[in-house]
Amino acid sequence: MNLAARFRRRGGASLWFGAALVAALIAAAALSLIWTPYPPAAIDVPHKLAPPSWAHWFGTDSLGRDVASQALAGSRISILVGVIAVGIGLVFGVVLGLMAAFARGLIEDAIMKLSDFVFAFPALLSAIMLTSTYGPGVVNAIIAIGVYNVPIIAKLTRATANGVLAREYALAARAAGRGPIAIAFDHVLPNIAPALIVQATIQFAIAILAEAALSYLGLGAQPPQASWGKMLADAQNVLYSAPWLALYPGVAIALSVLGLNLLGDGLRDALDPGLKARS
Amino acid sequence: MLLEVSELAVDLMAPGGLQRIVDRASFSLAEGESLGVVGESGSGKTMTALALMGLTPESARVAGSIRFEGRELVGLAEEAMRELRGDRIAMIFQEPMTALNPLHSVGAQVTEPLMLHRGLRKRDARQRAVELLEHVRLAEPERAARSYPFALSGGERQRAMIAMAIGCSPRLVIADEPTTALDVTVQARILALIDGLRAESKMAVLLVSHDLAVIAGHCDRVIVMYAGLIMESGPVEAVLREPKNPYTLALLEARPRPGAPRGERLRTIPGAPPATHQNQAGCPFAGRCALTVNACRTTPPPEVAFGANRVSRCHRAREVGFAR
Amino acid sequence: MSEPPLLEVSSLVKTYRVAGVGPFSRKSARPALAGVSFSMWRGRSFGIVGESGSGKSTLARIALALDRPDSGAVRLEGRSLFDLRRRELRALRAHMQMVFQDPYGSLDPRQRIEKIVAEPLAALGGASRAERRARVQASLEAVGLKASDASKHPHEFSGGQRQRIAIARALITRPKLVVADEPVSALDVSVQAQALNLMSDLQIEAGVTFLLISHDLAVVAHICETTAVMYRGRIVEIGPTDALFAQPAHPYTRELIDATPRLDRPMRVAPPAPANGLEAPSKGCVYAPRCPFARARCRDEEPTLDAAFDGGRRVACHFPLT
Repeated sequence: MNLAARFRRRGGASLWFGAALVAALIAAAALSLIWTPYPPAAIDVPHKLAPPSWAHWFGTDSLGRDVASQALAGSRISILVGVIAVGIGLVFGVVLGLMAAFARGLIEDAIMKLSDFVFAFPALLSAIMLTSTYGPGVVNAIIAIGVYNVPIIAKLTRATANGVLAREYALAARAAGRGPIAIAFDHVLPNIAPALIVQATIQFAIAILAEAALSYLGLGAQPPQASWGKMLADAQNVLYSAPWLALYPGVAIALSVLGLNLLGDGLRDALDPGLKARS
Repeated sequence: MLLEVSELAVDLMAPGGLQRIVDRASFSLAEGESLGVVGESGSGKTMTALALMGLTPESARVAGSIRFEGRELVGLAEEAMRELRGDRIAMIFQEPMTALNPLHSVGAQVTEPLMLHRGLRKRDARQRAVELLEHVRLAEPERAARSYPFALSGGERQRAMIAMAIGCSPRLVIADEPTTALDVTVQARILALIDGLRAESKMAVLLVSHDLAVIAGHCDRVIVMYAGLIMESGPVEAVLREPKNPYTLALLEARPRPGAPRGERLRTIPGAPPATHQNQAGCPFAGRCALTVNACRTTPPPEVAFGANRVSRCHRAREVGFAR
Repeated sequence: MSEPPLLEVSSLVKTYRVAGVGPFSRKSARPALAGVSFSMWRGRSFGIVGESGSGKSTLARIALALDRPDSGAVRLEGRSLFDLRRRELRALRAHMQMVFQDPYGSLDPRQRIEKIVAEPLAALGGASRAERRARVQASLEAVGLKASDASKHPHEFSGGQRQRIAIARALITRPKLVVADEPVSALDVSVQAQALNLMSDLQIEAGVTFLLISHDLAVVAHICETTAVMYRGRIVEIGPTDALFAQPAHPYTRELIDATPRLDRPMRVAPPAPANGLEAPSKGCVYAPRCPFARARCRDEEPTLDAAFDGGRRVACHFPLT
C-alpha cells in the first residue's frame, strides 16, 4: 500500500512538471504572436554572431537575427505541426480503428494490413521523400508526419475498442437494442479516451522532433519562418565560433519533448487508476 | 495437536490506516482431521489461510501464534518457511488456471516440489510425478504430464494442482475454495478425491469455502467467520443442526430449501457484508443481526462455550433457537 | 395452454469454430447447441440448468438474438426474431431484456447509474428527458434502491446492489421476458437471498416472466415452474420443476442432484472419475460415456426427447429412471 501511494504521488509529480513545461511552450508561442524582442527575421549583419548580452539575451546568429526572438517564434511552428499532425492521426486513426473493431472480418484485416504497410516504411525517410518530392514547406511536413500517426492511432483504437467490446456492458448495450454507432459514442470512446490521450501526447512529442529534423534538413519550415530545426542547422555551420547558438534550439526541443512525455506519463497514471481512487 | 492457532491477528496497511482483516482467531487441528472455514466476502477466511502459509501480502502485519508441529510460525524467517511450504504444509488454490504456470508443462510443475524438498533427480521426479497424476485419477497421466495447463479442463487442472500439493506427503493441506470455479459434478469428484487422500495418508485438511453445504459434507469441524471474527466453531453436525450464533443461523436460512414451496420468502440478512473492516467497538454483525441489542454495539461479544470444543461469540448465544 | 407461447425456440443449432493450437493443427468445430427446442408461457418462469459446455449461455444469447444460430428459429409471441428487419428487431427488444452474471462487468464504469438504467429507453427513443428520469426513478425504487442513487457511479455500490441496478435496467422498458444468465452466482449467500426474493416479487408485481439460466438447482427451483436440463448442447430432460427434481428421469439429472451438496443429507459418493474426454461421441447418446446405466443401444442410437411420466415431462433417454 505504501508503494502504491508513493507511486501515485510520483505520477502526480510527472503530471505537474510535464504540464508546466507544456504550458510554458504554449505560453511562448502565444507570446510570440504579439511580441518578440526583435522581429525574428530582422537581419542585422553588422551585429552578427554576438554573444548573449542585455541587448540580445541569447545573442545573434550568423545573419544578425536575434536568437531569443527566433526561439520564441520557432515554438509556434512546433505547436502547429504537433497539433495538426496529431489531429490528422486522431481523426483518421480513430475512425479506421473503430471500423476495424466493429466490422471485424475482412475489413478489420484490410485496415490492419494497410497499417502494417505504412509502418514498413521508415517514418523519417518517408517524410523526407514526400517533402523533397512535393516540395519543402510546413504544409507538406505536417502531412508527411500526420500520415504516420494514423496507423499508430488506428492500431491502438482497435485494440482498446476490442477490449471494451468484449466487456459485458457492451453486450448489455446490444441487448438493450443500441446500435453500433451509439455503442461507439457512449461506451467505447469514453473508455478508450485515456489511452488515446496518452498516445496523443507521445505522438505530439514525436511530431516536434520530426519537424525539427525536417527543418534541419531544409525540408520543413522555409525562411523567413523561424524553426528550431533550422536554427540548429544554422548553428552547426558556426559551431566553433559561436557554440552557444546550438544550445538554445536544442534545449527548447529537449524541454518540449520532455514536457510532453512527462505529461503523457502523468495523465496515464491520473486517468486510469484514478477511476478507482476517486471513491 | 498438529496445528494450534492462538489469537491470530492480521492487519493490512491501507491509506486510511491499519485495517484488521483477521481478528484474534483461535482454532486447532489434529492429525488427519478436517476443519472447514466458512464465510462470505470480507470474512477474512482467505487471509487466515494465507497467514498459515506465511503468504500474506507485503503490507500485512501478522500477530499472535501459529504452532505447527510444535514450531512457532509467526515471525519465522522466510528461508525456514520456504522449507515447510510444499513439504510439510501445502496449499490448493481456487483458480487452477492462474495458480498453474501457463508456460510450464504440468509434469514439470509437479516435479518441482519433489526435486526441491526431496532432492530427487529429474528422471526419478518425473516418474514420481506421473505416479502422482495417476493417483489423483487423471486419465492418461503420461499425456497429462506432458501437457500444458491450457490443454486440460478445469477439473483436470485442479487434480494436477492436488498432485503438486500432495507430492511430498504434507501433514497439512490448505484448500482455499478448491472447487468454487468448477462444475458441481466435477466438484463432487474433487472433494471425494480429497477425502480419499486424507483417509489413506492421515493428512489434515483445512477447507476454506463460502458454501456451508460443501463444508457439511466434507469436514469434521467448522469455524464460521464474519468480518475477521470467528463467530462460531464446533463439530460440523452440531453447529449446522443447532447453531448457537445468529450469523450461522442467518446463513443457513438464506439458502433456498430443497422441497420448499416455490417463491417462499427467504429470510434475508439486511444490508451487505462489510466491504472494509470497520474497527468498531462492538460486534461486527450488530445492526444486521436480528437479535441486536445495545450491548452488541458497544462491547465486543464474549466467547460462550457449549460443551467440549463448541464456542459461539455472541452476547445472546443462549437465545439462538432453531428447529429444522 | 391454449394461448400462444411467450417464447418458442425451435431446433437451434450452433457450432463454433475453434482454432487449433499450432500452425498445422486442424480447426475443430465445437457444437454448442445441437438441436434445442422448448416453449415457455407468460407467467410461468422457465429454468435452464446445465454445467459448462452445456450450451446454456449460447442459448441465452441466441434467444435474445444477440447471436445468430446456424439453423433453427426463435419466436417471441409468435414473431420470428431472425426474420425481422433490424429496426423491427430493435423495437421488439423492449419486450425482452437480459440480466448478466457479472455485476462488476455488466455496468459501464464511466457512466452514471441514471444513464445505465435508462439505456434501453435510449435505444427505443421517443421518451423525453423528464420521462426518462421518472422511469429510472421508478425502476430503481422497484428494486429497492433510492432515487438519489441515480447520480452515482457503479463503483460506489456493492455487488448485490449492482445486480439490482442491472435488474432495474432490464425492467425499465417493462419487458415481458427477462433472460437472467446466472444472475446470483457472483453474489454472497446472504445477498443472493435478497436478489432471489426480489426476482420472486417482480414476477408478480411487474408481470415479468424469467428465463433463468443457472448451474445451481436450488436457485432455479426457487423461481421457475418448468425446468430444462441441458447437457452438451442438448436438452436431456424437461418438465415441471418440483417433479423433475424429486424424481429425475434422466441419469444426468440424477447425477446433478446427487452432486449438489446439501445440508440435510450426506453426499452420495460420486462414482470414480471417468476419462475426461472433451470430444463428444460421434454417435449414440451424448451422455453414454459417463452414464452408469449405459447399454449397447445407448451407444448406437441417439435418444429423442420423448414423453415420460405424466404432467408434461419429457426425457431423452432409452432407459429413463423410474
